[in-house]
Amino acid sequence: MDLFELLNFYVIPGIVLGSIYALGAVGITLIFAILRYAHLAHGDLATFGAFVALACVTGVGVPPLAALPVAILVTAAVAVGIDKVFYEHLRERPKIVTVMASLGIALMLRSVVQVVWGVDTETYSRGIVRPEDYFGLRIRDRELYTVAALIFLVGGLQLFLTRSKWGKAMRAMSDNPNLALLSGIDNKKVVMLTWVIAGGLCAASGFFLGYNTEIKSMMGWHMLLPMFAAAILGGVGRVEGAVLGGLIVGIAEELSVLVIPSEYKAAMAFAILLFMLLVRPTGLLKGKVL
Amino acid sequence: MELLGLVNYALFTAIFIAIYALLALGLNIQWGFAGLFNAGIAGFFAVGAYTSAVLSTPADDGRLGGFDLHFVIGWIGAMLAAALVAWPIGKICLRFRSDYLAIASIGVAEIIRLVIKSEEVLTNGARGINGIPRPAGDIGYTESQIAYLVIVLAVLIVAYVLVERQFNAPWGRMMRAIRDNEHAAKAMGKDVEFRRLEAFIFGAALMGLGGALFAHFNRSITPEAIDPMVATFLVWIMLILGGSGNNRGAILGAAVVWIIWSVSEIATDRLPHEYAIQAKYIRLFLIGLMLQLVLRFRPEGLLPEPLRGDLRGSRRTTKSGADHT
Repeated sequence: MDLFELLNFYVIPGIVLGSIYALGAVGITLIFAILRYAHLAHGDLATFGAFVALACVTGVGVPPLAALPVAILVTAAVAVGIDKVFYEHLRERPKIVTVMASLGIALMLRSVVQVVWGVDTETYSRGIVRPEDYFGLRIRDRELYTVAALIFLVGGLQLFLTRSKWGKAMRAMSDNPNLALLSGIDNKKVVMLTWVIAGGLCAASGFFLGYNTEIKSMMGWHMLLPMFAAAILGGVGRVEGAVLGGLIVGIAEELSVLVIPSEYKAAMAFAILLFMLLVRPTGLLKGKVL
Repeated sequence: MELLGLVNYALFTAIFIAIYALLALGLNIQWGFAGLFNAGIAGFFAVGAYTSAVLSTPADDGRLGGFDLHFVIGWIGAMLAAALVAWPIGKICLRFRSDYLAIASIGVAEIIRLVIKSEEVLTNGARGINGIPRPAGDIGYTESQIAYLVIVLAVLIVAYVLVERQFNAPWGRMMRAIRDNEHAAKAMGKDVEFRRLEAFIFGAALMGLGGALFAHFNRSITPEAIDPMVATFLVWIMLILGGSGNNRGAILGAAVVWIIWSVSEIATDRLPHEYAIQAKYIRLFLIGLMLQLVLRFRPEGLLPEPLRGDLRGSRRTTKSGADHT
């Protein structure tokens, strides 16, 4: 196998898949760091976002990329709503109770998708798109958009977290919640902001998974493990770590079919997760360990 | 419906409740005693079911085994296999907060599902394993159902007595101490990680046994026999609704939730065909919602955890039942 074959069939799909995981993992890492629990409904929230975009595409007839902002806004609003209705009153209880509640939310979100949109496999647009040739590298437009969206969204998030007042407040809550509360940071606003960001990124992640492959009601649940593996691999609480982790998990999954049977591709994320917990639970970029 | 059909249905329901009660007891050891979040119940269930199936079926060319052993050996094997799967996961994840175990247990269930689907040599792939011997299975239908119910109930009672004894024994008190205040327990010289691992493994073994009982009841086991997410979730809601930390609560929860679940199935089966598929998902939505409501309005469950010094469970308080750290 020559280098171009390796790049075209394994590395490029790996980077695209990794970008999709990274979008979700950033939300997971933020929730883990600021609210301090593992949000198990993240995958199904991504599915929900993908189906909202589908509703725009089939209902209004806009091109898929134009449906993305709508999906992001709707999913962010739904994420805030779920937090208000189901998670907020559990805040004083041990965090693991919220983890349990989020497992229930995962089931509820999925059944909403299945009732409203059914269980059939859908696509945003029909027909086969041939990849363009860039000096021997074969890349589809949609793959470029996926990576561009990751850079744009996460770059914007980084600017927000480092430069703006509310971004700094979020980082303060993550570093030391007691100190942050003492210095007068409004916890409610920080929590809401976290959900807006996590929900929006979730929708983007689900949308691009559907855009590059197909839209299925179970697709988000199957993304949950890779997204958590990415967040832990990069270091919990580190946005750039989640991106790095996402890319590594994505590429590792695609490359794994070279050495193990392709049925076990999904096991790769789990192997990475266990390995990191075993040797370096703080992750590559020194995150938190809860 | 004629009387015999009704009796058969009741027997069928009772056997299922007993099997689910066993799973809920296993989860109670993990969550109720030790505060460990296991979201991969279906995985341990499947390991038990397949292990017992392989051990007790007659020899088959297409796959490993069967070894044609007595079903009791199959059931013991199921418990051992489930415990063996739980061990490495617990070993790696129990050093951290329970969130990590939650994620890893989802992963383990997923991997077990993949293995069952793709390792034909081990599990006969999608066709599953048939012809699993059922204890007292060669008499008439109703009689054999009754006989199996008696066996399952006997297993459940033995499990209940053993778990209840442990709950009141020093071991159970120590587990609750670790659950409620890990640092204090550590300061008292308890080996927190090892004790949690014990609880995780014991619980997993009971779940494996539940799987084995299910496989022998159905006489077959296929990858599609149970929906992993639904089974896992049902056991969780059984324990939370019944009262986590209370073994009788776990059994009561199993009965209540399974009856609600199967009655709702009867109700949705009567709907016209075009709504039937959607109704299935609406039921899933409703059990998800039920968990949220229980967590919000009655977190201690129907039968709250008996508090300290309460050996016979006579003095119950409704305070601080289900909250674990």
